[in-house]
Amino acid sequence: MLSMAEAGTFFEQLFFGWGSERPGAVVSVIYGMIVVVVFFMPFVSVLGMICIWGERKVAGHMQNRPGPNRVGPFGLLQSLADGAKCVMKEDLVPELGDRALFRLAPYVAFAPVFVALVAIPFGPELTFERHLNSGLFLILAMLSVEVMGVIIAGWSSHNKWSTFGAMREACQMVSYEIPLGLSLLVGVMAAGTLNVVDMGLEQGGGLHTWGIFRSPFVFLAFFVYFVASLAANKRAPFDLAESDSELVAGYLTEYSGMRWAFFFFAEYTAMFVVGGIQAALFLDPFGLIGYYHNQLSADPQGHWVGMVVLNVMAATIFIGKAGAVILVQMWLRWTLPRPRIDQVLYVCVKVLLPMGCVLLLGEALWQLFVPWRGGIPWKDYNPLSWGDLMKGGTAVGLGVQLALMMVGVGMVVAVVVWVGRSALDAKSVKKRRAEPEAIVV
Amino acid sequence: MMLGQAGFPMGAVLFYGFALGAGLSAMGVALSRNIVRQAVCLLFALASVAGLYYLLGCEFLAAVQLVVYAGGTLILIVFGVMLTSSELSAKFVPRRGEVMVALGIGAVLLMGLIVGLCAAAGSGAFGDAPLALDRDYPVDRLGLAMLGDYLAPFEVVSVLLLVVMIGAAYLAKARRKGQGVQG
Amino acid sequence: MVMGVMEIGLAHYLVLGAVLLVCGLVTILTKRNAIGILIGVELVLNAANINLVAFNRYSHGVSEGGGVALAGQVFAIFVIVLAAAEAAVALSIFLNFYNNFTSVDVEKAKELRG
Repeated sequence: MLSMAEAGTFFEQLFFGWGSERPGAVVSVIYGMIVVVVFFMPFVSVLGMICIWGERKVAGHMQNRPGPNRVGPFGLLQSLADGAKCVMKEDLVPELGDRALFRLAPYVAFAPVFVALVAIPFGPELTFERHLNSGLFLILAMLSVEVMGVIIAGWSSHNKWSTFGAMREACQMVSYEIPLGLSLLVGVMAAGTLNVVDMGLEQGGGLHTWGIFRSPFVFLAFFVYFVASLAANKRAPFDLAESDSELVAGYLTEYSGMRWAFFFFAEYTAMFVVGGIQAALFLDPFGLIGYYHNQLSADPQGHWVGMVVLNVMAATIFIGKAGAVILVQMWLRWTLPRPRIDQVLYVCVKVLLPMGCVLLLGEALWQLFVPWRGGIPWKDYNPLSWGDLMKGGTAVGLGVQLALMMVGVGMVVAVVVWVGRSALDAKSVKKRRAEPEAIVV
Repeated sequence: MMLGQAGFPMGAVLFYGFALGAGLSAMGVALSRNIVRQAVCLLFALASVAGLYYLLGCEFLAAVQLVVYAGGTLILIVFGVMLTSSELSAKFVPRRGEVMVALGIGAVLLMGLIVGLCAAAGSGAFGDAPLALDRDYPVDRLGLAMLGDYLAPFEVVSVLLLVVMIGAAYLAKARRKGQGVQG
Repeated sequence: MVMGVMEIGLAHYLVLGAVLLVCGLVTILTKRNAIGILIGVELVLNAANINLVAFNRYSHGVSEGGGVALAGQVFAIFVIVLAAAEAAVALSIFLNFYNNFTSVDVEKAKELRG
């Protein structure tokens, strides 16, 4: 049996470990919990609140109405008010359903997405686990587990609409994971790493060094990924699991109060995670910061204050870019009509899947024949020097990068001009409504 | 991979957590009568085992486990449950004798395995030395191993997957021969 | 003796593998729903996988040249892939069975019995 002294050291080591290098279990667990409570929980709730507010604002403006504008400035506190309402609502559980599973389902849907945040790169050092060798794959894995929550919810509701929603979700999710993975693989092949932070750091240095502009195949894979991520996330127009015109609200039909809100947190966090992957792999998550960070960490005299500043700036840029992706997802929700389930599966199996395969093959060949010259012109290579350009096909790679960059910038400019013009249009319509022309009899 | 360090209490706590999760959900699978609950228990068992892989330093394997097992195979199983659900109300109650035999075999096997393990561990057969920590497994090593040393099984598996895909599609497409011939 | 509890070794993983194996076996033996049996098989495969990976980490992690040996992990991946293939074929067989007998009760599969 244990002696008292032995038990004493055991508990001491359990709590405090062996000094600061190897802290004890209890201290480590408490530390982990504090990180989660102080950083991730507020982040998720604020993210959900802002996204729901943004979604309703976007919907409002697209339908020529103001959207929420009563609670707080610009209606920003609307989500808070809705949250308070959700907390106070009665938690209804269907009598005939599987009550335990019904209660469990929201957490099964929410937990994996929450865990996926662990691998999201907010900054070069601002990430939970810097050395995740396969961070991107881990995020993808978490997203693929989320669907189980939806299926359990639909099944345990004992409601035919819910079950239909769950079955649709199951077959949609399982199918779309393949083009999703294939298109990500194209980007990963170009980046040469699965570590999300490394991926971001090596894109820094200019517009043409963004992952998306690396080759025509990555450029196309970006769009394949976007469509597949919408479907895998059951975002409109692929929201067949909860299509309100046919299935009431699909798997959400029987839910109310906080459990319902948990599904929404899961959805918006998943949107952020998906957008974050897109930003990290294709859209240069840290901007020029990545370049400065590489320099500062190589500099022996670099100061930690500089690192902190760089990380905060990188986090801002990253969240901004992921937010831009979320904004486009919201636009699409209020623009496109919902396809039928057979059309959804057709798009997956007969369009996106072959496209993904072809892109993968093309990128592999591209990697074989056209070398990648990253970094900043005049530092890593001289774009005006004939010898530098002719070395190993740099000119081809660089030319394609610049051309793709022009195309990308052109697309963004076109969208901005289009949106701006329609905003002006809407304003003039409102003005005309406010001051009706005199009716000439 | 600090977490996988042997003797690091955090790793031990996580191990016991995941192991408890896996064991309890495995028992849930064995004891539950409801097929959907069985599938949910399997989900938790798979997730806990993925956590154990992570503790062992194989994060790629953990991700594969989640994507392929929890996100693919399990959903296929749940899909099968839903498609064959007309009999869900009819309880599949096993016979008492079957349960006794199964539990007996299980208990004997478990005892045998654990006694054997204890004997082996006591005699130092395992030489319990975990790998040094700088030796965690980068993904590219795994890829090189797959396309190097293990190329032949890799190719065989890929052919097998093709055959399975065609076969499953063919089997699932076969028409129903009349409406339920025998009950 | 106390630290033996906190120090996780190969034996801990093997015991867990044994528990999963036995649970899977009991599931296979007691369930009459064909899909339940399939779930039991998945548990057994997981038990095997835990053993493979744990052995890879603890005993056979170094190859002869001194590099990292990955046999356990590679085979664990093969097992996972084969489990997926097995589940697909088994489910399509069950669906066919269900189409013909409107049941997935394995007791009813006795047409070929003499």
